[in-house]
Amino acid sequence: MPDTIISVNGLIHRYGDTEAVRNISFEIADGEIFSFLGPNGAGKSTVINVLTTLLPVQQGHASIAGFDVMVDPGEVRRRIGIVFQEVTLDRDMTVSETLAFHGMLYDMPRDLMKSRIQELIGIVELSGKRDTLTKHLSGGMKRRLEIARGLMTRPRVLFLDEPTIGLDPQTRMRIWDYIHQINREGTTIFLTTHYMDEADQLSDRIGIIDHGQIVTSGKPIDLKNALGQDLIYLETTDNSSAIRIASTQEAIISGEQKKNGVVFIVSEDGTRILPRIIDLLRENGIGVLTINMKKPSMDDVFVHHTGREIRDAGPEKGFSPKSRPGRR
Amino acid sequence: MRTPGFVVIFWRDMLRFVRFRTLLLSSLVQPALWMAFFGIAMSANFNLLTAEIPVPSGLNEVNYLTFMSAGVIAMTTLFTSLYGGITLLFDKNWGLLREVFASPLRRTDIIIGIGLSVVVKSVLQALIILGFGILLGVQYFPGYSPSEVAVAVAGIILFVTVFALGFVFLSSAISITMESPEGLQGVITLLTMPIFFASNALYPIEAFPDVLMVISAYNPLTFLVNGLRYFAIGDSFFALGKMYSYGAVEVVTSLTGLVVFTVLMFSIALWRFRRAVVT
Repeated sequence: MPDTIISVNGLIHRYGDTEAVRNISFEIADGEIFSFLGPNGAGKSTVINVLTTLLPVQQGHASIAGFDVMVDPGEVRRRIGIVFQEVTLDRDMTVSETLAFHGMLYDMPRDLMKSRIQELIGIVELSGKRDTLTKHLSGGMKRRLEIARGLMTRPRVLFLDEPTIGLDPQTRMRIWDYIHQINREGTTIFLTTHYMDEADQLSDRIGIIDHGQIVTSGKPIDLKNALGQDLIYLETTDNSSAIRIASTQEAIISGEQKKNGVVFIVSEDGTRILPRIIDLLRENGIGVLTINMKKPSMDDVFVHHTGREIRDAGPEKGFSPKSRPGRR
Repeated sequence: MRTPGFVVIFWRDMLRFVRFRTLLLSSLVQPALWMAFFGIAMSANFNLLTAEIPVPSGLNEVNYLTFMSAGVIAMTTLFTSLYGGITLLFDKNWGLLREVFASPLRRTDIIIGIGLSVVVKSVLQALIILGFGILLGVQYFPGYSPSEVAVAVAGIILFVTVFALGFVFLSSAISITMESPEGLQGVITLLTMPIFFASNALYPIEAFPDVLMVISAYNPLTFLVNGLRYFAIGDSFFALGKMYSYGAVEVVTSLTGLVVFTVLMFSIALWRFRRAVVT
């Protein structure tokens, strides 16, 4: 069992009257990639800001590598790297100056700093851009530079707040590669995202966060499996009756009415159950208009736990009837 | 070799100062323009008005350009240092300050780093004004020996440094507290007016109404101008129909006043920085 590197207990954070974080507790193991998945405004960034000592702990406890973020913020800062959600590069500094500035902020010895800059610029493939001002970099290059910056001090934990927001699919894949690579070398990764595919593909564990609370957490595969074998979407002539009738079948875990039809979560192979359901409905005088079936995706997990979808999801967004309101 | 924290902040600010060519150039040319236009224009008038006034024997009479050049140095230092902290507001709004605030760097290092950068800019400007003033015929360092000139220049640099630190600390405190650049601009403009005009930078204060006289007597800008005139023109001279004499007491009092002001501003800045939350 690996050591716990981040431990958060009963964290509550308010902005005025709004409770942005409501009693959040979780632990992250050393060497893990852990994601906070949730919509904008769910409280992800607030948790990151508290953990990175930018916001004070109002209530609860949080510690990183054994240091309490309130008691020993200095020790915590020395052990973490951060890639902020928005670009936070000085437009008028060059790539190498940006990294040098960061190294100096952390009081790195000169020689180490120089070799680290050399190494990181290579890793994030910015070797030809050493002396380019950051304002002349593309969006993806800026992100890569920020990741390199976050790694300058070889942190125990790297925080990535929405690391691929606004980037094209190709660049996202490359960033994911870097994240995996960094993680393999031993850095614990804590990332927040509102992209389902990102959380799904990158994380060892995911915490789904909504309205300032963790609604569920676990390995992506477990979260999806918990939803059953298959999801069956039907549009019928009488949706509410269809749920009542089909739910008598043992293999059906749950049935839920949606805007355009019903969705059943089934515990067996859907291809075998589906004909039985259609027959059963027809016997009861209910016509089936459209059929769709798929394995549960992270979207489904999210919808299941929060009762809604994340708007503006990633490019490789999974199908679900609600996201195609015009379909018929 | 490791770098002290404030040097890191200083280094970046200087990097930007040198990199923004227009900023660099304008900040160096602007004070020279003040001398060239306002100085010469006013000088012509004042010299005309005071031409009839007899100069007491044995006193060094200085022309208005010489008299006001100390004021121009003071004004330039005031503007440079009051605007010096603005960079922090932009860094805050652009998110750049988050990197710094999340690092182990102490908050005092940020304050001192920006302060140091403004001191360098201010001293540079002061030296340019001195140089340009000599070209325009300002009678600096009358009858000084080379070593006396060196002491005088050192004294000028000392006064400019302490004063600039005081106002950049104030500026930093305001910048870290405020949200909008427009608001900050307003506050700083509001501050510069009374500080500049309720002082002896451009004219003597003896003829002021009582209230204004009290304000200007405790005005840090007056302290600075006292020091500058003492070192640049001498301990006693005659200008604008009036005799000026600065003894050691006045100079030490002025410097003490500036030091007290600067320490006070540093405490305020530190208080604001410790409370500042940047997300």
